Amino acid sequence: MPNDDMLIEVRDLKTYFELIEGTVRAVNGASFAIRRGQTVGIVGESGCGKSVTARSILRIVPDPGRIVGGEILYYRRLRSADGNDVHERVALTELAADGREMRGIRGSEIAMVFQEPMTSLSPVHTIGNQIEEVLILHQKLSKKEAAERAAETLARVGMPQPVETLGHYPHELSGGMRQRAMIAMALSCGPSLLIADEPTTALDVTTQAQIIELMKELQAELGMAIMYITHDLGVIAEMTNQVVVMYLGRDVETADVVNLFHDPLHPYTQALLRSIPKIDAESRERLDSIVGVVPDPYSVPRGCPFHPRCPSFVEGKCDQEDPPAYVVEGRKVRCHLYEGQPAWRPDATRQRESEA
Amino acid sequence: MSEHGTLLEVQDLRMYFPIRKGFLKRVAGYVKAVDGVTLSIREGETLGLVGESGCGKTTTGRCIMGGYTPVGGDIQFRMRDGEWLSIPEQDRQGRKRVRREVQMVFQDPYSSLDPRMTLKQIVGEPLIIHQVAAGKQLEERVAELLSVVGLRPEYMIRYPHAFSGGQRQRIGLARALALNPRLVVADEPVSALDVSIQAQILNLMQDLQAQFGLTYLFVAHDLSVIKHISDRVAVMYVGKLVELAETRELYRSPKCPYTEALMSAVPKPDPLKRTERIVLTGDVPSPANPPPGCTFHPRCAYAQEVCRREEPPLEEILPGHYVRCHLARELDLKGVA
Repeated sequence: MPNDDMLIEVRDLKTYFELIEGTVRAVNGASFAIRRGQTVGIVGESGCGKSVTARSILRIVPDPGRIVGGEILYYRRLRSADGNDVHERVALTELAADGREMRGIRGSEIAMVFQEPMTSLSPVHTIGNQIEEVLILHQKLSKKEAAERAAETLARVGMPQPVETLGHYPHELSGGMRQRAMIAMALSCGPSLLIADEPTTALDVTTQAQIIELMKELQAELGMAIMYITHDLGVIAEMTNQVVVMYLGRDVETADVVNLFHDPLHPYTQALLRSIPKIDAESRERLDSIVGVVPDPYSVPRGCPFHPRCPSFVEGKCDQEDPPAYVVEGRKVRCHLYEGQPAWRPDATRQRESEA
Repeated sequence: MSEHGTLLEVQDLRMYFPIRKGFLKRVAGYVKAVDGVTLSIREGETLGLVGESGCGKTTTGRCIMGGYTPVGGDIQFRMRDGEWLSIPEQDRQGRKRVRREVQMVFQDPYSSLDPRMTLKQIVGEPLIIHQVAAGKQLEERVAELLSVVGLRPEYMIRYPHAFSGGQRQRIGLARALALNPRLVVADEPVSALDVSIQAQILNLMQDLQAQFGLTYLFVAHDLSVIKHISDRVAVMYVGKLVELAETRELYRSPKCPYTEALMSAVPKPDPLKRTERIVLTGDVPSPANPPPGCTFHPRCAYAQEVCRREEPPLEEILPGHYVRCHLARELDLKGVA
């Protein structure tokens, strides 16, 4: 089967927040896929919907957010009693958010590492308690087995004194160590997908380097896929294979990491890359900044949402029609500049459905 | 006392904060936030001050602003009329005088602007306090300042909540410029902003510098931003200045192992340049209890016996290149292009 390695498919996802001030279309038609063992980077500025997309996959969208359209498919691979792999397609969007099946997947098959470990770890439980809880719930281990496994996992993420750390509270650890504890907790059940939402943004550069190296090592060893959410293009270049650039709730460009950085197609990606100062740049010439600001979420512009800031803006076209996704050199891009190129279709899924 | 062109001289600055414990709040020790910073800022340049959290870069900036009275060392500032003033020794009146020439831009544009004040009040406040302008004249000056930073003068009747992060940082700049200062201490002015907005503010700061002949002390943790904006760069680690050099020289051939590791840790936005990097072990030590000898020795790959025992002095090993490292002359460290 050619698409055997498909893990997560997000199709035309729409997650809206109904507020008194209006409807915030946090995710407004995002589509992308994650394959087994792959590191997919989701990059974009604040408010582009990258975190809400991650929370939609885990079905932990905070109130009053609702998934109002699209679907998220999870291709599960299970080992059956007779030793064969069994494939199963689960539509995460169809499950009850707090139902049994979703709870079985969340934290076990799909795990998440959050940005600020101090607020996402419980301050009144020890590190040991928190990791053991995951193992007892999902893997049905006894208290003693869980404690052993927790210590092993902590050792694996480079915690200097794993057994002692089990008895520590989060506030007793440094930022980097807390993030290691978070990663240990996320990896304790051997997830097939690890969602990392800005895991190093709150850390210093030297600590960030430690965590990035750790995540690379762990991925090589355990083979899980990583969905890496960040606004930092340097981290994207360093960590990922495939990159999804998001702007105002949708994926504007999807490409492999080398093409994205060396031959970006979407004007937004191009502008973003031009606007960052580079540490190995030779000169100190002016930065090419993007004009204007990200529009406020209640009044997203008509047509292409990027058109008021776009240097290649075509009047009468970009401000009227929402651009469809095109396939250009095997990459996906949503921009009118590529009109005439073949339209993008979720081929992989289509094929799978016809086989089924 | 100093060569012509020097605007500010910081000599062996020390700022300790007491740690109080127990019922009687006895002093149990000190957080040595700044413990030996020596640097000078030349008129018209941008000096970048870089380091990780807790290294004392913000405290250094605040001491220069006169916000803290240091426990040791001195800060000399050359006033517009040529007179040298020691900032820590100034009384209330003296500080007010210095404040007309030294201003600050803060990191968080959401908490540094009073939500109950209009832009006119925010930007005009320094003008009123220093009795520079009032009435119609004040309004004209505020309008001028707003247009200088790229905001429409009509906005002066609005409140900060109506503005985005980038616009708020422009408001902060307008307020800092109100009194025509000569030195602006900018403490992480772009780190709370999105990348596309960051570039706008960096460009604006460079334009303002050219237009008004400003001198910047630019405090930041982002080495790429620091490289872009600075003429010279000072690196701090656990309260101490460890290296200071002209930007290109520092990035091309760092002399302190900490600077080398810091630069190598920055992820480069180019997937074809993924290189082996130096990953430091351990964490930044607490400034309340720094290690003996060189503060970096427990994490330093090149550390020798002498580093554990003796604290290295800050030495000028090449013209204009200052380093605090016992091995600075022997090591061949790698920079970024």
